[in-house]
Amino acid sequence: MNDPGLLFRLIRRDWRNGEMRLLVLAMVLAVSAVTAVGFFTNRVERALELQAAEVLAADLTIDSSRPLPELLMHEAERRGLRTARSLSFPSVIPHRERLQMVEVKAVSDTYPLRGELRIRPAHGAPEQPAAHPPRPGALWVSPELIGGLGLHIGETLSLGRSRLKVSAVLSRDTGQGGNLFRLGPRVLISLDDIPDTGLVTPASRVRHQLLIAGPRDAIEAYRGWAGHNLPTGARLQSMHNARPELRNALDRGRRFLALAAVTTVLVAGAAVALASRRFMERQSDTSAILRCLGATQTFMRRLLLTRLGVITLVTGSLGTLAGYLAQTALARLVGEWFTSELPAPDLHPLALGLGAGLITLTGFTLPPLLRLARVPPLRVLRRDLGAPPPAFWVVGGAALAALALLILWAADDLTLAATVGGGALLALTLLLATARLLVWLLAPLRGRGGAAWRYGLAGLARNPSLTAVQLTSFGLGLLALLLLAVVRIDLVAAWQRTIPEQAPNRFLINIQPDEVEAVSRFLREARLSGAGPYPMVRARLTHINGRAVLPEQYPEGRPRRLLTREFNLSWARDPQPGNRVLQGAWWGDEAATVPLFSVEQGLAEALGIALGDHLTFDQAGIEVSARVSNLRTVKWDNFQPNFFVVATPALLQSRPGSYITSFYLPPGREALATELVRRFPSVTVIDVSSIMNHVREIMDRGALAVEYVFLFTLTAGLLVLYSGIQASRESRRQEAAILRTLGLTRRTLALAVGTEFLFLGMLAGLLASLCATLTGWLVSTRVLELDYQLNPWIWLAGPAAGGIGIGLFGLLATYPLLLRPPLRVLRAE
Amino acid sequence: MAVSERVTMPNGGRLTILDRVGLRLDPGEAVAILGSSGSGKSTLLGLLAGLDQASEGEIRLFGHDLGALDEDARARLRAGRVSFVFQSFQLLPGMTALENTMLPLELAHDRSARSGAERALAHVGLSARLHHYPSQLSGGEQQRVALARAFAARPGLLFADEPTGSLDRETGVRITELLFTLREETGTALLLVTHDEQLAARCDRRLLMEAGRLGAQP
Repeated sequence: MNDPGLLFRLIRRDWRNGEMRLLVLAMVLAVSAVTAVGFFTNRVERALELQAAEVLAADLTIDSSRPLPELLMHEAERRGLRTARSLSFPSVIPHRERLQMVEVKAVSDTYPLRGELRIRPAHGAPEQPAAHPPRPGALWVSPELIGGLGLHIGETLSLGRSRLKVSAVLSRDTGQGGNLFRLGPRVLISLDDIPDTGLVTPASRVRHQLLIAGPRDAIEAYRGWAGHNLPTGARLQSMHNARPELRNALDRGRRFLALAAVTTVLVAGAAVALASRRFMERQSDTSAILRCLGATQTFMRRLLLTRLGVITLVTGSLGTLAGYLAQTALARLVGEWFTSELPAPDLHPLALGLGAGLITLTGFTLPPLLRLARVPPLRVLRRDLGAPPPAFWVVGGAALAALALLILWAADDLTLAATVGGGALLALTLLLATARLLVWLLAPLRGRGGAAWRYGLAGLARNPSLTAVQLTSFGLGLLALLLLAVVRIDLVAAWQRTIPEQAPNRFLINIQPDEVEAVSRFLREARLSGAGPYPMVRARLTHINGRAVLPEQYPEGRPRRLLTREFNLSWARDPQPGNRVLQGAWWGDEAATVPLFSVEQGLAEALGIALGDHLTFDQAGIEVSARVSNLRTVKWDNFQPNFFVVATPALLQSRPGSYITSFYLPPGREALATELVRRFPSVTVIDVSSIMNHVREIMDRGALAVEYVFLFTLTAGLLVLYSGIQASRESRRQEAAILRTLGLTRRTLALAVGTEFLFLGMLAGLLASLCATLTGWLVSTRVLELDYQLNPWIWLAGPAAGGIGIGLFGLLATYPLLLRPPLRVLRAE
Repeated sequence: MAVSERVTMPNGGRLTILDRVGLRLDPGEAVAILGSSGSGKSTLLGLLAGLDQASEGEIRLFGHDLGALDEDARARLRAGRVSFVFQSFQLLPGMTALENTMLPLELAHDRSARSGAERALAHVGLSARLHHYPSQLSGGEQQRVALARAFAARPGLLFADEPTGSLDRETGVRITELLFTLREETGTALLLVTHDEQLAARCDRRLLMEAGRLGAQP
C-alpha cells in the first residue's frame, strides 16, 4: 500500500472531477485575500509613513543643541542613506525701523529628503514646488512675514552681518518636525550663508539637525546603530515619535487596515471550513469503497495527508500569485492618490499568505479529514454508517488555535486581535445557539400544515446540524458584508469627523497676559471662532514623590526625551473639551485653593506617574509642587491646544506665563493673520494647516485603501454564502425527487424552498446586524478609540439583504434540481 | 464459519441479528443466501467479507481467522482476493469506468492495471465506454462496470449483494448471465445474497436466512 504513484493518480482523479473544486476555490481565495491584503497594507502603510515623513522632511532626524559629530553623517552615507543638514535659531530682522523676531532655518542643498518645499515667486503668485532650496544669497520668507513687515520680493534684508535677497514666499515648508512652537515667522536660507551671517557661535541657541532618508531596513539598521552613538543631548526623531496628531492618524490608518485584513482572514477561514465540510461529506463514500477494495487505514491516511499537502501547495502557489496580481491592480488604483508612487512591497506578506493557507487548511480540515480514514467499509452496505466523529475539543481546539494564530498574525496587535477574535467567537456562538433554538421551536410544527410548509419552514427542524451550518454560514457571510458597511460608512466617517471641517488651523502663541483681552476681541470682531485662550507656563519636571528625576534612570526613547525638555503646563478650572478623566476626579471648588495636577495618561505611563503622586516642577527657578488628582486622555488629533499637565488655578495662576489660543482661518482670509501680527508684534501665528492637511490626506487615502481591502472580504463573504447554500444541495436533490414522485408540483416545491431560504436569510441577517453593531462598537471604542454612533440602517439592511439575497440566490441555486426528472435522481443514488 | 451477531438496542436490550450461523464455502463454489428483507443477509455478507466483526464466533477467510485480524489486516487480506458487486453499484462517481475498474488492480499493486481493466471492460462489452463517468452510464452499464471491477483482479471470492436489485428484468437477466459466465471463466467462489429465486437457482447451493438463522432451502 505504499505506492506514491497511486496516491497521486487518485488525487488527480479527484481534482479532475471537481470534488475538490469548492475547497480549492475557497483556499485560493483565502490565501490570495491574505496575501493581497498583506502586500497591499504593507505598501499602503509604507506610503502613509512616507507621506507622514514629509512633516519631518526625512525618515529620521537627529536633533541637538550642539553641533553633531561628522561620524553620524558619514555612517549614514556609508550605509547608502541620503542625508541633509539644517540649523534653526531665533534671530531678529531689522526692517524700516522695526525689529522682527524670526526663526531662521538654514538648509543644505539636499533638503528636503521627503516631501517638497512650495513657494510663490511673487506675493500672490500661484504656488509651485521649489526645484531646490534657497541658493546662497537668497532668502525665502513665510507669508505672515511678508504681510507683517510689508516686504517685497527682490528686497534685501539684513541677517546678522549678511545681506540676503528675498527671492520667494515660502508657502509650504515640509520638515516642521515635532516642534510647532517657534518664536517667530520662519525664514529659509542656504546653509552656506551661515558663516557670513556670524550668527552661529558656540554660545548661540541653535538647533542642529541631521536629516536621513532611505530604504526602511537601512533606516532601521542605522537607527539601531545611532541609538548607541548619539552624543549626550541629541535625540532621534522619526514618525514613531513625531507629532501626536500624525502618529494617531497613522496608527488608526494601520489599525483600520489590520481590521480589514483580520476580517478577511476570518471570513475566508469560514469559507474554507464550509468547503471542507462538503468535501468530506462527499468523500465518505469514496473512502468506504476504497477500504472495501482493500485500502488500509494507513493508506487512506497517507492519501488524505498527501491530498492536503497537494491542496496546500497548489492553492498556496495559486493564491499567492493571485494575491500578488490583485494587489498590483489595487496599488495601481490607489497609487494615484498618493503623492509618490507606492513603494514596492517587501516579501513578508508572501510568507503570510502561504502560512495562512497552511494554518487555515490544517486548523479547519485536518482533524475531520483524517477521520475519513476511519470510515467503516461496511458503509457500502449501510449508508447510515459514517466515520466516528472526532472529539469536539480536537476539532474546536484545532479551529480555534488556527483562528487565533491567523488573527494575531494578520492584526499584529493584541487588542485588535482579541476584540475581533472575541467578536467572531461571540457571533459564532450566537448563530449556533439561535439555530438550535430555531430547530427546537419549529419541531412541533413538523406534522402540521401543508406539504410545502412541512417541506419548507417546518422542515428546518428535520436536519438540525444542516440548519446550524446554513444559519451560521449565512450569518457569517452577511456579517462580512455588513461589517464592510459599518467600517466604510460609520467608522471611517467617525475617523474623519475627528478633524471637523472647521478645525483650528492657526495657533497663536506668546500672547502676553495683558494682550489676552485685546487678542480675543480681535478674533471676535473678525468672527474667527477659536478655542481658549489657555494660560501656558513652561517648566521642567524635577521630582516625583520627592525623588529627583534624572533622564538616565529611564529607558531610551520617549521617557528620556520627555525629561530633557520643558513641559507646557496650563491651569484651568474646568477640563478642556476632548479631555476625559480615566482615574481620579477632576477638581471642583477646591480649584481656587488646593494645588493639584491633572496628568495625561500616556505621559503618566511613560514616566511611571501614578494617581496621588507628588510632582515637582522647576518653573523659572521656582519649585511648584502638587499631588496628582487625576489621569486623563487627550484627543491629540483635534487640533486644539492640548496639555500634558494641567494644574489648578491655585497652583499656577500667579506664575509668569503667556497664553495660547487656536482658531480656524478660512481660506482667502489670510490677510487677517498679517493684520494680527502687525497689531500684536509679540504674538506668533503658527500655521498648522499643512500638518492638518497631511493628517486629512492620510485619513482619505487610508479610508480608500480600507475600502479596496474589503473587496476581498466581500468576495470571501459571497463564497461563504454560496457554500452555505451548497451545503444542503445533496439532501434537497434527493428529497425533492421523492416529493415530486409523490405528487408535489415544482411550483409548490419552489415556493417551499424559497420560503425556507427567505426565512433563514432574514434571521441570519438580523443576527448579522446584531453582531456587526456589536463588533463596530467594540472596535471603535476599544481599538480605534473613536466615538461610535449606532447606525439604524444596519438593522434594516441586514434582514432585507439576507432575506431577499439568500432567498433568491438559494432558490436559483436549487431550482435546477427541481427541474431534473425525479427518476433520474433516484436511480443515480 | 460459525457466528452470532448481537447489537445493543438504545433501550439497553440486546437484539440478535444472526444466531449461531454456520457456513462453509469451498473454492470455486457458488452459494446463494435467500431471505426476506431484514432477515440478516446483508449483515452476514458484511461479516464474511471482514467489513465488520461478529460479536461471537469465528470466521476464517483464506485460512485466516478474521477475529484475530485488525481492520487493516482484514483490508490487506481483501485486496486483490476479495471483490464485491452491490445492488447500488457503488462506483466512484468521480472516476471513469476505466478508473473504477483499475482500482482493485492498483490497490493490489498490479503493474498492468490499465490493460487488465481495459480487458475486463471489453469482456463486459464496454470498450466504447472506457472514459465515461457513472453518471453518463445506464443502470445496466454501471452494473457491468461493477462486474468488470469485481473480476478484473481475478479474485478468489466474490460477494454479491442483490446484484440485479436495481435493474429492470431484462437487464437483470443479462447481468446474471454475465456474472455467472465471468465466475466460471475465473473460477471465483461466489457468495450471493438475494431474494430473487431465479438468480439463486444458478448457484451450486441455496440457503435460506430466516430471523437470523441459516438453513438449507427446502
